Amino acid sequence: MRVRPSRQLASNVVALVVMAAAAGLALAAETPDPAADLKAFQNFFTKKFPGVKLEDFVNGPYSMDEDMYRQWEEKEQFPPYEFALEAGKEMFSTPFGNGKTYADCFPNRGIGIRQNYPYFDEKEGKVVTLELALNRCREANGEAPLSYVNDEMASLTAYMAFTSRGKPMDIKVPNDPRALAAYENGKRYFYTRRGQLNFSCASCHVQSPGEHIRAEVLAPALGIVNALPIYRSEWSGMGTTSRRFVTCNSQTRAVPLEPQSDEYRDVEYFLSYVSNGLPISGPGARP
Amino acid sequence: MTSTIRVRATLNDDITEVQVLIQHPMDTGLVKNANGEIIPAHFIQQLSFQHNGRTVFLADWGPAVSKDPYVRFRFKGANKGDELNIRWVDNTGATDTTTAKIQ
Repeated sequence: MRVRPSRQLASNVVALVVMAAAAGLALAAETPDPAADLKAFQNFFTKKFPGVKLEDFVNGPYSMDEDMYRQWEEKEQFPPYEFALEAGKEMFSTPFGNGKTYADCFPNRGIGIRQNYPYFDEKEGKVVTLELALNRCREANGEAPLSYVNDEMASLTAYMAFTSRGKPMDIKVPNDPRALAAYENGKRYFYTRRGQLNFSCASCHVQSPGEHIRAEVLAPALGIVNALPIYRSEWSGMGTTSRRFVTCNSQTRAVPLEPQSDEYRDVEYFLSYVSNGLPISGPGARP
Repeated sequence: MTSTIRVRATLNDDITEVQVLIQHPMDTGLVKNANGEIIPAHFIQQLSFQHNGRTVFLADWGPAVSKDPYVRFRFKGANKGDELNIRWVDNTGATDTTTAKIQ
């Protein structure tokens, strides 16, 4: 009877020590380290697909399937996004009611800057995507914002991506706790399972790229944002990054978020960051 | 507005390969818009390609052809620098034409 309490005390102490150690480990694992994530993320894909060159991942399913690659090469001679590209160029250079244009809102007048989006805005303390910046530009000049999921927005980003083709994605996560939190939030969203099918973004785009989901070949998450916006034959039209996220959510039978909500902005931030160094290839064409 | 027709015609040996992309909604008349109203049928009915006054390709289309249709075909008997006239007519009577040089 006497020994029991002391024994219990001892085991409690052991338990406490174990817990403390575990907490320490968990703490270490949760300190965001984007640079290490990027390395691990890209290593994962290059190891999984040793035959695919790093810069080829931006070609999505085409980099995973030889036959599709040949079809795509042929399609690229006469790409289906051509009309959107032309419309985007025209929209981009057409002045607003007050005489200003989109070019006045962007560094380098909007040409060749796609690789820098999304960026972390230190003033706002949030991630700003290209689509968001375009609508803010419209609003600042007294124009109504465009829908984030329609062809007009996609045409604009198509043009901006086109002028940036080949430039390596160059996303920065500044050493700011809010930026790291946004990055971490995006990462969490990417790996969290949701919806009736209980899929995370990673279930398809990390675990199973190259596999078929019905007739389609899943694209690797690495470089997936570099090809956006995309013309999808399935949609008979263009898709923005927002549209891609919304559709991904609804396809796994999850409730999509509002386009350009904080979480979508953060997940785009994470996904773009880990694709750093891969060339911009948008606008893309997908089946 | 720029032409709704994008065309590329290239000669290899004796064979001219023609690729065309046409911007057209190709509405079937069976689809409703967001307000539940039918989008009226609007589709290309005839597409023709002429080389030196000879029709080398003629298509009678209906509503089953996809939006922004793409066509590719080959024909013999053309020379580099020849002109190829392309024309479509849709069910509303609208039409567009363009001329391409064979390269």
